[in-house]
Amino acid sequence: MTETWIILGASSSMARAFARKLAERGDGVILAGRDTADLERDAADARVRGAALAETIRFDARDAASFGPIVARMAACEGPVSAAVFVGSMPSQTEIDADPALIDAVVIDNFTGPARLLQMLVPLMEARGGGTVVGVGSVAGDRGRIGNYVYGAAKAGFATYLSGLRNRLTRAGGHVVTVKPGFTDTAMTWGIEGMFLVAPPDKVAADILKAVEKKRNVIYTPIFWLAIMSIIRAIPEPIFKKLSI
Amino acid sequence: MQWKTADYTGWGRALRARGTLARPERVPALADALTARGPAIGNRRSYGDAALNSGGAAVEMTRMDRLLSFDPDTGGLEVEAGATLGEILRLFAPRGWMPAVLPGTGFATVGGAIANDVHGKNHHNAGSFGQHVQAVTLMTDSGPREVTPERDPALFRATMGGLGQTGAILSARLQLRPTPGQRMRVVETRIPHFDAFIAALDASEAEFAVGWVDATAKRKRLGRGILEEGTLAEGGRPGPARRAKSIPFDAPGLLLSAPVVKLFNRWYRWRVPDTGRKRTRPLEEFFFPLDALHDWNRLYGKRGFHQFQCIVPKDAAPALKEILAAIAKSGVASPLAVLKRMGPGRAGHLSFPMEGYTLAVDVPAQRRKLPALHARLQDMVRDAGGRLYLAKDGLAGPETVAAMYPELDAWRAEIAKADPDGQMTTDLVRRLHLRSAA
Repeated sequence: MTETWIILGASSSMARAFARKLAERGDGVILAGRDTADLERDAADARVRGAALAETIRFDARDAASFGPIVARMAACEGPVSAAVFVGSMPSQTEIDADPALIDAVVIDNFTGPARLLQMLVPLMEARGGGTVVGVGSVAGDRGRIGNYVYGAAKAGFATYLSGLRNRLTRAGGHVVTVKPGFTDTAMTWGIEGMFLVAPPDKVAADILKAVEKKRNVIYTPIFWLAIMSIIRAIPEPIFKKLSI
Repeated sequence: MQWKTADYTGWGRALRARGTLARPERVPALADALTARGPAIGNRRSYGDAALNSGGAAVEMTRMDRLLSFDPDTGGLEVEAGATLGEILRLFAPRGWMPAVLPGTGFATVGGAIANDVHGKNHHNAGSFGQHVQAVTLMTDSGPREVTPERDPALFRATMGGLGQTGAILSARLQLRPTPGQRMRVVETRIPHFDAFIAALDASEAEFAVGWVDATAKRKRLGRGILEEGTLAEGGRPGPARRAKSIPFDAPGLLLSAPVVKLFNRWYRWRVPDTGRKRTRPLEEFFFPLDALHDWNRLYGKRGFHQFQCIVPKDAAPALKEILAAIAKSGVASPLAVLKRMGPGRAGHLSFPMEGYTLAVDVPAQRRKLPALHARLQDMVRDAGGRLYLAKDGLAGPETVAAMYPELDAWRAEIAKADPDGQMTTDLVRRLHLRSAA
């Protein structure tokens, strides 16, 4: 039976690369985002690559009214239902310092928006006997750093949510993969100073698909970020608080 | 739209630009980026300055790479301009289709292939890339506009090989060609000298043919090398997908010193036994032999290199022999030169091909003799009724190029209409005064 994926934040280059791999395997993809006109071109791309089904649907993390129709659309699909979350926003810490109200938006985009939608979708997945949830967080969620701790806090919240969701969905035969990419060469990081070891989105997407197939729980991509973050996490707080990394 | 200021180069890395770059991923972001008045560029596989805009803006199209439609009955493919030809080959060869024309690298984008009207190892049969383009959609101030050879023949012709000057290409409709499988049957033959090479190229009946010439061999051995003839064959992809290796740093100059180059050439030739050899190879290894080595341009060191590629008419083979002799005598050439026969097929005013023979040689940019040698070579090419390939050029002058491209004025007239304010101008266009005779 064909598996159908809802891809949240489908316009991002990482999501696009992942959806292409799903399409080439013959899965169905429903591409959700704000710019549905442009997403139609991604849906066309998925169809040419071999997707069993490719559609678009409006999704805005900050507009909960867009969630219901997505759950309804997924319920109308036959067979197993899976979800991949690539939603997120990363205003600079200086912008947030200037306007602390931005914190709400960052938390909605990176955490509560997609979590709320997943929460609505999970009963359907359980009823269908499983499926997979891919949640893309960030290495920034592993430790609060002076450079972007609001973004990091939202991603950390999302990671904890995914951990609990994994606990729940496993019982129904499903699976949750938490993805922590390092710096990735996307529109979000284009032109930002200080990026290093930047991975192409296609490499990250390949790692994600492998993790889905092997039912991995938490992955760092590319893998060397596991080592980098292990070190960063191991630094004692009295020292860490004086660092600016 | 997010912009970054960066130093960037063409593939040869000898010519540089500093400017702002955007890399849109969606159509509205592309439209927004284009308001900054800069040309669209692809994967920068042209060697010189065709994809450079010093001091200005440029819009990288590499993320606009979606496949928009495919008709499995006709082989018609509509695709965004940033898609690479290697990706199209990878996706469609298993379905029995492939691009009708493939240049020497799979990293070339569809937009770049159109803007340079590229050719492949089958040019003598299939013509140029633009001849297999059915429609091209240009970004205009009033939105995307589809241009076809039927409705807008002049604008279409100015766009094929038009160096991006008619506007940013959003997407194109390509006619793919059928392939019986994912394999190429390759016959390699040793060729003793230049005249034998021309004779062998003329006699070849293979659909794909390319000659690798030892550009360091002189006198009796001038023009010796290996003729590679390819025929598409049935069957799946032989062997596993290859993994590209990277060149992690700029190579020291020693690597391309004359003795090392000579040794390499001798080895390259001796690989193929006297009696020749036959092999079956995966398509991408035949079409894109150097792509397995990512960033191989770094082998030429920090200063980079130029590629000299010219074509002369069929009856001017002796002139080409003299050009090769001048290169061999100068001792500046790098390992491999490419010699090909070409047919008359061309799609645009500034397209490179003509019926005849083309020679391409890499030359490290640090060679002191290079400017004088190049000045001599370009005169020899012009006097032979030939021309230089703009996608490769980094050294020619405006008068010489104007003499080589008789349709330049017709092209200028179309460009003046399509881009009256000169928004798409590049370093190449400025260096060669392509848009105005000034």
